[in-house]
Amino acid sequence: MTQEQIKKVIIDQILEIAPDIEEGDIIPEGNIQRSLEIDSFDFLKLLTALNDILGVEVPERDYAKVETVEHMTQYFAQNLVQ
Amino acid sequence: MSDFVMPSLGADMESAVLMEWLVKEGDHVTKGQVIAEVETSKGVIDIEVFEDGVVDKLLVKEETECTVGTPLAFIRTHDEAPPVQTVENAQRIKASPAARRKAKEMGVEIASLASTGEVNLAQVQKYAEKVPKLATTDGMRQAIAKAMSRSNAEIPHYYLSISINMTPVLKWLEDFNAARTIKERILPAALLIRAIVKALKEVPELNGFWQDGEHHISESIHPGIAIALRKGGLITPALINANEMGLDETMHSLGDLISRTRNGKLRNTEMTQQTITITNLGDLGVQNVFGVIYPPQVALVGLGRIMDAPWAEGDTLCVRKIIQVTLAGDHRATDGRTGALFLDKLNQILQAPQELL
Repeated sequence: MTQEQIKKVIIDQILEIAPDIEEGDIIPEGNIQRSLEIDSFDFLKLLTALNDILGVEVPERDYAKVETVEHMTQYFAQNLVQ
Repeated sequence: MSDFVMPSLGADMESAVLMEWLVKEGDHVTKGQVIAEVETSKGVIDIEVFEDGVVDKLLVKEETECTVGTPLAFIRTHDEAPPVQTVENAQRIKASPAARRKAKEMGVEIASLASTGEVNLAQVQKYAEKVPKLATTDGMRQAIAKAMSRSNAEIPHYYLSISINMTPVLKWLEDFNAARTIKERILPAALLIRAIVKALKEVPELNGFWQDGEHHISESIHPGIAIALRKGGLITPALINANEMGLDETMHSLGDLISRTRNGKLRNTEMTQQTITITNLGDLGVQNVFGVIYPPQVALVGLGRIMDAPWAEGDTLCVRKIIQVTLAGDHRATDGRTGALFLDKLNQILQAPQELL
């Protein structure tokens, strides 16, 4: 899976979990929770959905590495390879 | 035979639109079953029936606006014989769907036109031109404005605050979550709510109402959880019977409540049974929450952000994860001492998290 494809999966899942957000609102370098008003419950739901699709579980200690769409894409790309 | 009436879904609600019947005449219904969907300023709410029985007659057509207390259906309990006489139709406000939509857009109450028979689009437009426009036509904003004005006018608030060291409990939670799958993880917000509910069992005076000049303590604990909607507005639906939930169930029910609040799928009991309010503004970085009590409740617990802060332990100054928990109490119902006991109890509970399971 390419980084672009992973990024698309992440964005699709954000839009699924928060249907009131529009794709244009998502800034790849912006903090997902703060810039989109995604609370801790929605964020966990996002990670759970991504785990179902991509098969990568993000442990809590790695939350700092998945704060933005950009970083989350890289995180999944690296962990998918291994 | 009992009337199934349009329930009041908050002290500020005057009417709502019956959107859809989920049962038909002759259907058997059981207590707690959702039988209708109603649209209010707070979104679409599922309406439950309060007893077992048979739907004898549906009195109101779908998409009809009804004032609170309007009979919507007759429910016959199982031991009653079917009625022999027909009953007059309940009073209801008739309006065409186009008129209803327009009225909503223009902030016109359909009820104010109802005396003229069935309300049509032209009447709504004519009426709207005559009356001065409200500053805002947002129903939810108006509802919040009413409740909060009443609160500040009537309730003598007192405020107390405590700093709680969350480092041990968060460490415990981290280890606890590490041994579980992502689906079973517990969030600090759920843990805090579970701890608050446990503390309320020990200090029940804060869980209840001030009504007719008297303090009523509620046995059940149904905390209203303040949930912000991304498109604006705030709803505080009740986490029903939180006192009967363990940590996993609290987490699961809370997640479910948040999803349904944002998707406009709440039940009427969740809109009306709150016995206390919990507001968590921590996600937005706020440190202290000095809340306004939602009448007739007598307390509100405010949770700030869990943040790194200097903390003295014995002779040592160290950095710990600290949360500010604030209590707003109704001074007619309780005194500061009761509030202080509650906050102290909450602190003790959070220092022994394994007991929260």
